[in-house]
Amino acid sequence: MNKKLLLAMALAATTIGNASARELSISFTNLTHGNHFTPLLFSAHADDQHIFEINTSASANLQAMAEGGDIAGLVSDLAALNADVSANPAAGLMTPGQSINFELSTQEINTNLSIAAMILPTNDGFVGLDSLSIPTKSGSYTYYLNGYDAGTEVNDEIINGGGMPGVAGIPADPLGENGSGASGVTNSESNTNIHIHRGVIGDVNKTGGASDLDSRVHRWLNPVARLIIEVK
Amino acid sequence: MNKFSSKVSLNSILAASMMLTLSACDLVPQQEYSISISNLTHSQPLSPPVAMLHGKNFSFWSVGDVASEALEIMAEGGDGSGLLELKPKNPQHQSTTPLFPGESTEFILETRREKLKYLSIVGMLINTNDAFSGINAIELPDLEEGQSSVYYTYTYDAGTEFNSELNGTIPGPADGGEGFNAARDDVTSVVTLHGGIVSADDNLADSTLSGADKFDNPTLRIVITAR
Repeated sequence: MNKKLLLAMALAATTIGNASARELSISFTNLTHGNHFTPLLFSAHADDQHIFEINTSASANLQAMAEGGDIAGLVSDLAALNADVSANPAAGLMTPGQSINFELSTQEINTNLSIAAMILPTNDGFVGLDSLSIPTKSGSYTYYLNGYDAGTEVNDEIINGGGMPGVAGIPADPLGENGSGASGVTNSESNTNIHIHRGVIGDVNKTGGASDLDSRVHRWLNPVARLIIEVK
Repeated sequence: MNKFSSKVSLNSILAASMMLTLSACDLVPQQEYSISISNLTHSQPLSPPVAMLHGKNFSFWSVGDVASEALEIMAEGGDGSGLLELKPKNPQHQSTTPLFPGESTEFILETRREKLKYLSIVGMLINTNDAFSGINAIELPDLEEGQSSVYYTYTYDAGTEFNSELNGTIPGPADGGEGFNAARDDVTSVVTLHGGIVSADDNLADSTLSGADKFDNPTLRIVITAR
């Protein structure tokens, strides 16, 4: 690498480092009645960056988040992009109806907000926000978020502890309302791109049936989360 | 000199009008709102909706909070009068009949109190265990006369009754069962959004509800028009 380019990079880095920070007050609510969210990932980043995009295939790190709730890979992706990250602000699982409030300090260049967390119990469902342009005028802004399907795992609705990427099945139901011994709702996933989750089926058979989910407990209708951004 | 005296008199007029405003507390010219509610569902009658103007630190419910008994009574049995009794002197409205699917109702709320600029409206989806829909403590927008603001509402679960859909647990015409019951037996005991109706047509064999009772969001359209 030549000296000129190195100098340019150093200057660019300095500019980013000195850019005036903006403080955002964020309030986030799990609106579902019977689903937890695994550790949440909030990130402000440049407007041409994404952690997921609808109708594209999920990255390996998005898949790890959606199938097992592991956000470590996405966090390191974002760190490499000089994003402002809040990892796991709810300090663990977020219960149905729970709200959290926290501050996110953003660099001037990081104008857009993305959010992701696995919806549990699902095979690869997640609550998501893809690169929202953060308002710059001071005020309070409310958004409702939908449930997405990563398209990486068959929605068999079998709870077997399977949370690693590529391993079939659902890790657990933190509510403890699940059954066991299900034969599986389906064994195929025709849309392998990221799409709006079609919801779960469930049944009321605690020791068999097609699904280990409870149809009266684990279904949801969109939206699944509420986001309020206070811009100062 | 002439200029100066006119300035003084303007100031004294301003001062006088400020005193008037102060002595009248927070009274403002009469604000009138025409409110229209439409039931957007296939076959979920809405219990007679209740509406109230109120101040900033009040709401019928909050997601994540345990439902008040007044909210539980409305959400399980459709009687919203207890919610209105929480602020009996506030401008309020209670419909006398359910709002049936495909129908709209319209009424007027008016106030001269500037602080009462928040609006809540709610009713039960009566072919459910404890689902309700409405708007909760929205700040009334600044509207010119004749201008409207439109809201589409989500459907909430009171978190007070398990969504068993069993025969005898649902007060609406799909069942004719029990309304309010003080027992609380839901898996999530706080207010959230509702997961929807499962129904006997969707593999819940002992549900008293059919596919016709299913709904999706939004369930109501509410139009607020300044008069």
